[in-house]
Amino acid sequence: MRVADAFSSGPALIVYLCMGDPDIKTTIEAARRVIAAGADLLELGLPHSDPIADGPVIQAAAQRAIAAGMDTDRYFQAAGKIEGIPKVFMGYYNMVFQRGVERFAADCAASGISGLIVPDLPPEEANPLMQACKRYDLDLIFLVAPNTPQQRAEEIAAMSSGFVYLVSRSGVTGARKEVLDSTRELIARVPAVRPRAVGFGISTPDQAAQMVAAGAEGVIVGSACVDLVGQGRLDKLEELVMGMKKEMIKVAPKR
Amino acid sequence: MMTTSHTSPLETARFGSFGGGFIPETLVQPLRELADAYLSLQADPGFLEELGELLSRFAGRPTPLCRADRLGQALGRRIYLKREDLLHGGAHKLNNTLGQALIASRMGKSRLIAETGAGQHGVATAIVGAKLGFETQIYMGEVDIERQKMNVYRMELLGAEVIPVRSGSRTLKDAINEAMRDWAGSYETTHYLLGTAAGPYPYPAMVRDLQSVIGQEARSQIMEQEGRLPDSIVACVGGGSNAMGIFAPFLSDPTRLIAVEAGGRGPGQTGRTADNGASLAFGSKGVLHGAMTKILQDPFGQILESYSVAAGLDYPGVGPQLAHLAETGRVLTRLASDAQAVRGFRYLSQAEGIIPALESAHAVGYALEEPQQLGDLCIINVSGRGDKDLHTVMEYEGC
Repeated sequence: MRVADAFSSGPALIVYLCMGDPDIKTTIEAARRVIAAGADLLELGLPHSDPIADGPVIQAAAQRAIAAGMDTDRYFQAAGKIEGIPKVFMGYYNMVFQRGVERFAADCAASGISGLIVPDLPPEEANPLMQACKRYDLDLIFLVAPNTPQQRAEEIAAMSSGFVYLVSRSGVTGARKEVLDSTRELIARVPAVRPRAVGFGISTPDQAAQMVAAGAEGVIVGSACVDLVGQGRLDKLEELVMGMKKEMIKVAPKR
Repeated sequence: MMTTSHTSPLETARFGSFGGGFIPETLVQPLRELADAYLSLQADPGFLEELGELLSRFAGRPTPLCRADRLGQALGRRIYLKREDLLHGGAHKLNNTLGQALIASRMGKSRLIAETGAGQHGVATAIVGAKLGFETQIYMGEVDIERQKMNVYRMELLGAEVIPVRSGSRTLKDAINEAMRDWAGSYETTHYLLGTAAGPYPYPAMVRDLQSVIGQEARSQIMEQEGRLPDSIVACVGGGSNAMGIFAPFLSDPTRLIAVEAGGRGPGQTGRTADNGASLAFGSKGVLHGAMTKILQDPFGQILESYSVAAGLDYPGVGPQLAHLAETGRVLTRLASDAQAVRGFRYLSQAEGIIPALESAHAVGYALEEPQQLGDLCIINVSGRGDKDLHTVMEYEGC
């Protein structure tokens, strides 16, 4: 399954889960429910000891998962068991680098992962991984932030594959009440040469709908879901995903 | 590769295969603005004059290069001590904080944030925050706050706010993570004043350059006092700012440059904590805090905690330029264990009347172990004074 498939039938809802928090069984069950509730793409996070782009919720989830024994081998084993919608890897570059970009890409392909998001790997540092991704037919998804200059934003959108990740605001991941005007500006100025998915701080159906109404082809929800999994509220998780998807479809442009 | 109209060449971001900028997109632009400001101010006479004046009239530069007669006699060679312990604040840290704070002020920032482990860099940041009128907040691991109560009080006395870090291992590496997270949301008003020659470009180059006043002074002082270059220079290494500061002006000389890492309790690992702080000796290549460097990590790439009796060397990474210079052999990397450092601490106190910081005591401890490596004429960088460590040494010795 390709990353692009997630965007083929209307606005895509992308759900982030932290693999192994609190254990692999729970992540697999959470993924099953999220898929049943209508998610279009899964971002499977590989926990790292030093997640510099993440806020407190995902930091805490990563710590729990590492303490419970999550590592890269187990990550790929578990990822292989999750099926139904396209999956992408999300994690920090040192975890990729230690395995070796070639082996990491091969393991992604073998476990049915079709793309990678590496939040601490700007395009300037990405060449080795990009080459490996090409060899294994994987998408490498880059991020654009509100403070990314226009020319650079256009270049990143062009070189990103699968979709381009629009960071809704400065700072780290985590739910926020307001979806800022700057996010709308960002959607307006990043060319739609490929799907644009907005993430960081989106936690409610209403916010997700606002992003779609503003022109985003996808919405990424992370901390809000990780928080519910952390509380053991998989029923609430299912409800949130269903609610988001429903509101997104309501405002989606007619095709 | 993407093209960019940006003026600072990407080549300067690399030291061999080390360095670079492995950072979230949100920090790319703030780091470029910082690099641009730094590169232009480097050649700005007004900036250099203001910095020079603060370094001399406020901080107390130049620091002496002092012959250590009794230590030298015992080791059968001429030993000099570069006295950064006499700098205001009690360590070399102020060279960097003064420079970066002036850059921040030229960039129009009103707030400084910094990380600190033992508290020395936090104190040096609090000093410049007070002197130059910044709002100052210092991230410090909860574990370190407990270990270093006196420095927490010093920072608060100087008007800074100390923010406890409760994530991860609750020590220095997590304080750096937290400062980077803060900066990703606050860069418009805030400068992140990183304390060592590590992290993403431009920090390794900028901190090295600001600290290289140590080596420039030492070079002219040894020429004046001995009429020749030293055979060796010994400096301790945590992140590497005092070492790069004294080494940098000697890189093209035949002088042997010896970096002494924290050997701690030995080469092993206890749980998820390495028994040492020696990333050059025992680490492997990887990314930490935005740079490709040598780090202490597990086979999957999770960062280990480090250990040293000297809190300032207790860091699981090292600056990328030192990683490169160690790889090429230009810098020799050696170890001093906790016990050897404490021996150096006592020895310098009794032989020379100077109580060195436990960090600097690693350099002294190494010199006592392998004097034959030093040649006939050696400079040891006494990067700080040891008053802050009395309690630690008393505990170590079971007093």
